[in-house]
Amino acid sequence: MNTKVLVAPSPHIHSGDSIQKNMYGVVYAMLPALLLSFFYFGMGALIVTLTAVASCYLFEFLIQKYLLKVEPSINDGSALITGILLAFNMPANLPIWIIIIGALVAIGVGKMTFGGLGNNVFNPALVGRVFLLISFPVQMTSWPKALGFETSYFDAATGATPLAIIKEGLKKGDSLTDLMSQLPSSTDMFLGNMGGSLGEVAGAALVLGLIYMLVKKIITWHIPVSVIATVAIFSGILNLSNPEAYAGPAFHILTGGLLLGAIFMATDYVTSPMSNKGMIIYGIGIGILTVVIRVFGAYPEGVSFAILIMNAFVPLINVSVKPKRFGEKRK
Amino acid sequence: MLKTFSIGGIHPQENKLSANSAIQELPIPQIATIPIAQHIGAPAKVIVKKGDEVKVGQVIAQASGFVSANIHSSVSGTVLKVDDVMDATGFRRTSVVIKVEGDEWLEHIDRSEELVTEITLTKEEIIKRVGDAGIVGLGGATFPAHVKLSVPPGKTAEVLIINAVECEPYLTSDHRVMLEKADEIMVGVEILMKALDVKRAIIGIENNKPDAIAHMTQIATKYSGIEVCPLKTQYPQGGEKQLISATINREVPSGALPIEVGAVVQNVGTAFAVYEAVQKNKPLFERVATVTGKSLKNPSNWKFRVGTPVSDIIEAAGGLPEDTAKIVGGGPMMGKALVSVDVPLTKGSSGLLLLAQEETARKATKACIRCGKCVSVCPMGLEPYLLMVLADKKEYERLEKDAVMDCIECGSCSFTCPATRPLLDYIRLGKGKVGQIMRSRK
Repeated sequence: MNTKVLVAPSPHIHSGDSIQKNMYGVVYAMLPALLLSFFYFGMGALIVTLTAVASCYLFEFLIQKYLLKVEPSINDGSALITGILLAFNMPANLPIWIIIIGALVAIGVGKMTFGGLGNNVFNPALVGRVFLLISFPVQMTSWPKALGFETSYFDAATGATPLAIIKEGLKKGDSLTDLMSQLPSSTDMFLGNMGGSLGEVAGAALVLGLIYMLVKKIITWHIPVSVIATVAIFSGILNLSNPEAYAGPAFHILTGGLLLGAIFMATDYVTSPMSNKGMIIYGIGIGILTVVIRVFGAYPEGVSFAILIMNAFVPLINVSVKPKRFGEKRK
Repeated sequence: MLKTFSIGGIHPQENKLSANSAIQELPIPQIATIPIAQHIGAPAKVIVKKGDEVKVGQVIAQASGFVSANIHSSVSGTVLKVDDVMDATGFRRTSVVIKVEGDEWLEHIDRSEELVTEITLTKEEIIKRVGDAGIVGLGGATFPAHVKLSVPPGKTAEVLIINAVECEPYLTSDHRVMLEKADEIMVGVEILMKALDVKRAIIGIENNKPDAIAHMTQIATKYSGIEVCPLKTQYPQGGEKQLISATINREVPSGALPIEVGAVVQNVGTAFAVYEAVQKNKPLFERVATVTGKSLKNPSNWKFRVGTPVSDIIEAAGGLPEDTAKIVGGGPMMGKALVSVDVPLTKGSSGLLLLAQEETARKATKACIRCGKCVSVCPMGLEPYLLMVLADKKEYERLEKDAVMDCIECGSCSFTCPATRPLLDYIRLGKGKVGQIMRSRK
């Protein structure tokens, strides 16, 4: 035999799984929510999404090629996810130049300064979002009403989000029952019939995406379930202690970006813990921080900050929480 | 719900192409090359020299120490030379090369097909016979079988577990032996039970072999104390610790042997070899192997004589396919890549797998995206991503603390990694170094 053969250590086969497959899997999971956002917010949603995605791709390419001087890896799909997530966190009438700045901060500061995919500590889309929220608080919190293609990109009628209505109302001393009556019903909120940023309005579509990712084994249940359960329990306790001052679990789960955060942002591979136990601790932390910020903090919305804060704890969690070893000696 | 082991695991494509191919007998080679190190432990000591006439079943190299195994001639003929010849490991190692003349067996070997069920030997005689017959674990690890049967003082065996899961994709030799030699296996299990002084034996079979489960369950009813335990198909269930976890739900402590939890594990092929050794006086010089691959003309199962060149079994199955890029001795997950088809088949050869470029070529290593999939599939509950980094950075103390020595090298991490990182390669390097450090401490 003259043919040369490969000699390498085992295993000799691979599952065929790849970074791309997982990343595009997440993108498919985001499609229902994305399509629904077009349905609710019309052209504005489309403009915001396209701008965010295109600028994320562009900045990733430019930074890799000309600053880091490495082979650009824009095909791995991670810039697409960051772009869509960034758009999901924006109101549908956000000016294009602000979106571009957001993308630059997300990709440039959030991802590339740390060395690119796999090395970033914080979720890039959230870095971009929080930067914009602090820098452009007015534009970032003028939410167009969900009027479908009636919603104009340029001069949309805007309204407050349910969380903001409650926060402001409680500050003025209104009773919670009165305020709740101004809000859409829970069913409407679950289907997305309320004000908010692109991706946070339709709980049903986000849950559909979660089911897809679980079935495809892209993520496990640990993070989304622990975040949502913690918020439910914590807000439930507060609500029971004083129903006039604190809204209940359904309200907290269906409003703001809680489902979006729990399903698509807290589960980001790079910035979440490696072991199942670690994921649960991380999820509980996000849940508690979210409710604390929403109820006791200055901002009406707390999911983004909660996730970013817990991102910072991930290395610590990874070092201190080990998976259950097989045959571990019991103490 | 079917039982399986407690932590991690994967389910690669099964590709059991040769499952329906009955065992055939491979022609005796013209020249047999029999290495003296076919087992874990000390190599045997050669007792024949150039020009000696040998018969089938004759001892040609003696076990040197307790953890070692006798080597028997698999053919009859003249010893051409005792020399260093390349074996499956790729190294040149001492082998006895025999020119085959006829097929003359030692007279005391019973070559009839008749089933002998009555066990006349005592416990001690059985262990001695198993040792004399050079029987090693036939699942691939090739650990001398008599050593496992000698329960250390202070420990008691409670249950014998027979490994018939054949969790490696592609391989079907155990499957076929179960379908064709079930009664012999049962007697072999009874012999092992007698040697260990246990009243209970469990045969673990994965449910991707429903015909073997049905057949073995039915045959087992004739024997007392033997039960068949169907298991959910999950790799690496054939790992000793995983199989114990799956069948009796006990965890062998880190660094300990199965006897710690009262279990002894033997391969189903080993049980058959024990039957032949004890009831038929036949030492281990032939066994069944699968030759398989997607491009191979005729994936099939063959009973071969130890020392037959790999090229013979490939020829028998239709010849080496054009697109062969890798020749693996064993299964795709834990087998070893061979450097040539001229190396001999040995006691540990459970299969021969021919893989094409697209199936086996490694893809470029990408940055770890910290998805945690390697952690979730590791059957030992380790953190492969971390062990790889620590091995790369030569952080041996932390490697030891993070239990690198518990790694069973099943390859589930490398198989799963979406960034196609060579996790196990690095972990092996780390294990080697940490093992050295631990030994030097003693």
